[in-house]
Amino acid sequence: MNSPTRHTRPLSPNIQIYRPQLTSVLSIANRVTGIVLSAFAVFLVIWLSVAAASPQAFATVQSVMGSWIGQLLMIAGVFSFFMHLSGGIRHLFWDAGYGFQLRTIYASGWAVVIASLLLTGATWVLSIYMAG
Amino acid sequence: MNEDKTSHFLIESSDQLPLVTVLKRFPLPRKLGVGKESRIEKGKRWPVPIATASRVKTFEIYRYDPDSGDNPALDIFEIDLDDCGPMVLDALIWIKNKVDPTLTFRRSCREGVCGSCAMNIDGTNWLACTRFIADTDKPATIYPLSNMRIIKDLVPDLTHVFAQYSLIEPWLHSTAPVPEKERLQSPDERAELDGYYECILCFCCTSGCPSHWWNGARFLGPAALLHAYRWLIDSRDEATGERLDNLEDPFRLYRCHTILNCTRTCPKGLNPGKAIAEIKKMIVKRTG
Repeated sequence: MNSPTRHTRPLSPNIQIYRPQLTSVLSIANRVTGIVLSAFAVFLVIWLSVAAASPQAFATVQSVMGSWIGQLLMIAGVFSFFMHLSGGIRHLFWDAGYGFQLRTIYASGWAVVIASLLLTGATWVLSIYMAG
Repeated sequence: MNEDKTSHFLIESSDQLPLVTVLKRFPLPRKLGVGKESRIEKGKRWPVPIATASRVKTFEIYRYDPDSGDNPALDIFEIDLDDCGPMVLDALIWIKNKVDPTLTFRRSCREGVCGSCAMNIDGTNWLACTRFIADTDKPATIYPLSNMRIIKDLVPDLTHVFAQYSLIEPWLHSTAPVPEKERLQSPDERAELDGYYECILCFCCTSGCPSHWWNGARFLGPAALLHAYRWLIDSRDEATGERLDNLEDPFRLYRCHTILNCTRTCPKGLNPGKAIAEIKKMIVKRTG
């Protein structure tokens, strides 16, 4: 650092160019689904309080939930639940020191993706079957 | 080209390329969080200088000249594959020899043991000397290691990451009297270090770690932590407790969120993610 630098050295690009991989994508997905679940926890409280408040208020919230956008959000919530759950189980194995071979990292990663899709589908089929 | 050999759905070793690439980059604005000195502009186009060239391959290469006062730019180079060696490093040397002698990059051993030519090739970090040109995208894109202050072109300033390496005190700590001969290890004790002593400090992992991008000032990053583990498990080292004290910190160690980009990108096939998990386990064990 003998000669004064004329201007700050540029920072090479990181997230702007780094290729998305199963490793990083599932890490972000785990965070996003966690945030979605937090929002759903708030919604769950609202749903329970309107159920306790009055039949009219409950009916309003139920109709919002029944609309197509409400249903879409419910699917997103259910998917987030299963993805965060299976991703969390994957993290538990890692915390215990297991599953760090690259092959296992990829196998468990795809397992998380497939399990959350299947469980979301199964939940939906079951809910239609049960609620009609 | 080597698709049968190297393209895989289930990645088993870090040198394998994915079968399909859904997204080449995250769908984010290119200027997101980028300081104005770091914005990459459109660069020059350098056509292949050989008129008879038949197999032409295009490379997009990050350029930065500190003396020009200009921002970094992405230059486009054409190379003649029939006149050039097989590796990405050969292409860079070919460009330096035949097209633009000012193209600047680090290289030394050209066989994956020195770690000098680590750079971002097609979006992931690898050594230019051990990546085949045939395995690169069309066009191939070459950036310096991610998230580093750039001295010139593909040469990053590694001062900070080496300071983090020195913080884990990567040498033998022993208070026992110096033995007359070597400090002996059993074959089993020596085998413990396999997969950890081979690190060449190319910093592909640290530079590819999103946690290090966001918290690199205080999070030590995978390379330094892998070395920390290498000394923690060395049977001859007597400072395990002090070493763990030094690491037990919300940022130094625990900013690792097991993303595992490190293990995916290590050009030596090592497992920094595993090493960090083992350090976390050692800290839990000693607290009981």
